[in-house]
Amino acid sequence: MQALLTESFLVSLLFGAVTAGLPLLLAGLGEQISEKAGVLNIGLEGMMLVGAYTGFVATYHTGSFWLGFLAGGAGGMSAALIVLLLCIRRGLNQIVIGISITLGAEGLTSLLHFVQFSRSYPRLAAAPVVVLPALGDIPILGKGLFSHSPLVYLTVILVATLTWVFRSTYFGLSLEAAGNTPAALDAAGVDVVRTRSCAVMCTGFLAGLGGAYMANVGAGIFVPFITSGAGVIGIVLAMLARGRPLMVMIGAALFGASLAMTTALQVAGIDIPTDVVQMLPFAVVMAVLVLFGRHSMLPPALGTPYVRGER
Amino acid sequence: MSIVAALSKVTKRYPGTVALDAVSLEFRAGEVHVLLGENGAGKSTLVSLLAGMQQPDEGAILVGGQTVRIDSPRRSMDLGIGAVFQRVLLVPSLTVIENLMLGGSWLRRLAREPALRRFGELAQLLGTHIDPDAPVSGLSLGEQQQVEIMRALWRDEKLLLLDEPTSMLTSHGVADLGRSMRRLRDQGVALILITHKLLEAFEFGDRISVLRLGCVAGEIAPQRLQAMSEAQRTETIIRMMFGIGVGGEGGPADGHEAELAILLGHKIHGPAIIDRARPPVLSVREASTAADYTETPLHEVSFDLWPGEVLGIAGVDGNGQKHLAEMLAGQRGVRSGLLRLGDADITHGHVPERRQRGVRYVTDDRLGEGTVGKFPVATNLVLKEVGASPWWRHGFTNWDLIHRHAREQIKSNDIRTPSELTPVNHLSGGNVQKVLLARELDAHAAVAILNKPTYGLDLHNQRLALDRIGAAAARGVALIVISTDLDELIEISDRIGVMFQGRLAGIVDNDDRAADIIRRLMTGAATV
Repeated sequence: MQALLTESFLVSLLFGAVTAGLPLLLAGLGEQISEKAGVLNIGLEGMMLVGAYTGFVATYHTGSFWLGFLAGGAGGMSAALIVLLLCIRRGLNQIVIGISITLGAEGLTSLLHFVQFSRSYPRLAAAPVVVLPALGDIPILGKGLFSHSPLVYLTVILVATLTWVFRSTYFGLSLEAAGNTPAALDAAGVDVVRTRSCAVMCTGFLAGLGGAYMANVGAGIFVPFITSGAGVIGIVLAMLARGRPLMVMIGAALFGASLAMTTALQVAGIDIPTDVVQMLPFAVVMAVLVLFGRHSMLPPALGTPYVRGER
Repeated sequence: MSIVAALSKVTKRYPGTVALDAVSLEFRAGEVHVLLGENGAGKSTLVSLLAGMQQPDEGAILVGGQTVRIDSPRRSMDLGIGAVFQRVLLVPSLTVIENLMLGGSWLRRLAREPALRRFGELAQLLGTHIDPDAPVSGLSLGEQQQVEIMRALWRDEKLLLLDEPTSMLTSHGVADLGRSMRRLRDQGVALILITHKLLEAFEFGDRISVLRLGCVAGEIAPQRLQAMSEAQRTETIIRMMFGIGVGGEGGPADGHEAELAILLGHKIHGPAIIDRARPPVLSVREASTAADYTETPLHEVSFDLWPGEVLGIAGVDGNGQKHLAEMLAGQRGVRSGLLRLGDADITHGHVPERRQRGVRYVTDDRLGEGTVGKFPVATNLVLKEVGASPWWRHGFTNWDLIHRHAREQIKSNDIRTPSELTPVNHLSGGNVQKVLLARELDAHAAVAILNKPTYGLDLHNQRLALDRIGAAAARGVALIVISTDLDELIEISDRIGVMFQGRLAGIVDNDDRAADIIRRLMTGAATV
């Protein structure tokens, strides 16, 4: 038990939790925007995967992490464009299209990666880290929480910004109305299709960004299927968060910590079969669903395409 | 008075029907213009054209003298047209003021102060007292509608469309709405009130236009309207609504005159001579039901019912009527008491047994409990006999027989449907009710329970439904008609029972003094 309280274990747990939790947070926030507007984005996993691939390739060729993040966001948006065209504009089934986006992205990114790199998995240089002044000097917390890629700090700011956007802007009101009573939004003179399109593009950008962080900063390499369920966890987070960005962050921290447990336990030299530890995040998903699943409040119009004048 | 908006020979077609056929109308400032018509007359289509939900196929819409193209709700608002639709179009999870602020430019911060100021102005104009920070889900339907009117007038719109605004309101809510409409009219707003209720048209309208089958069947200008007595108005409008020519015009009109008589509400089922020396067909003795959360349970209800008799059940909604209907139909268990049908004890008989013995039930939840919307009319007509012969034999469906039966029923009950294979949810409310009445008031019916048989129907279909009930009674079916509309019960019942807090407060013979006694029984002020 004492091994669990050593500095190295705690630092690696905290650091790992942030690294593993950040993609979940970004994807979860993105999904939250879509769900607020009434679009169930099952293809979140696919968007992350495309973002991870495009982000990795951009950084691999240019060496710039910022360009990698941007390319990741753009990649996620390109996948979101499919949802926009097929589900929002044409009114096709969001679940079917979402699943095909995920499956398609898995195949496409694996294929492209194979064509470019064959069976080699090139590694990127370590991502730049910004140690926050003063906070970075705190023992354990400093190294665990305040020595990260700048994207981490920007995402925390994003959580606050989104909270404000949801509550105090016309865009936030429009999102809420699009998910609850789209006909009311239409009657108020706001285009429902445009609102939802905007929301889905935001989702694509954030999911792609999360994927790019996962590949470039978290892993430093791209391997096929790298997201391994992160998108699914992102959807769960968004569903349980009841429209509050802060809840997504808390959830992402919880799942991040359970993901980080694997490495942290190895660092601490505790001998638990890795299979058991790797099961942890998914056991947590199920436990959370059992405990809080009934508290999820989903917008009434979630998953339903809007057609003007139809009842 | 100045013309705010006008339609000029507007035609709108939907696949298979012409919803509006070369309609020309003018809407004036400071006037409540009532558009009256049956379901399917084209009233709602007209609203959706003006509100920018649909575009006309032919003809022009003029606003302020200019021909305009209203291709979106936003454009409609920009032209100064505000609309309140039949369904409530508010976001329940947002507050009143947030709902009213919907539609601002996205990237800006919510401007609460100016919104609250405008809210105050409109609240004063309409004479309402609503908390702007209350969530919409907590408001009554009447209050929600006031909020919708505020939204429709938010940008100082000069033309206000109200599509059947009273259909969901209590009488108190209707009075509030009437007051608000008069205030707006006096401010110079042009109001269009769409309704199928004659009394509302008389009460609120300055000018009445009648729509029938997509055409303007007639218009009564303010001066003429004021000069007419209520009986004259009623007759004139009913003739317009149903296309019944005035006597002499268009040849002999005996059939039409008979229909007119029905529509004008002449007695359908005079008090029949009931031989109460004979044994009753249904006896209920001290029947009670178990309480559940929502509905008032029954407490020791007793009555007898003779063949050919119509027993009306009056009472304020929610005083045990639903339990009474469901208990008699066999859908709800009897906790204590006794039910006899003829010689048989049916206290613990379930739906199939009672149905087999001739008990029929028309629910008030037509599309939920009464029919399966996706199923065709034919299947719905035998819905309560699924698996039973002759429709089903050895587990096989005899579709030929079911379809033949359906075609006969469609013909004899005048069910307006493209075919017997049309899903029942494509039919209008009146026709769905005809399907239910055809199914339940069949040749083997002995006792029929009808819960709110005319609820939500337009005038024509209300009369038809009551007519069917009267015809069934004349055949010897014993009927229990539950309704909240006392006038209707007085019209068709032999006796009227009053439900109050789960008890049958009394049963009175339907004579001249009945209405007064019933009103007192309904409030629990008296017992018989």
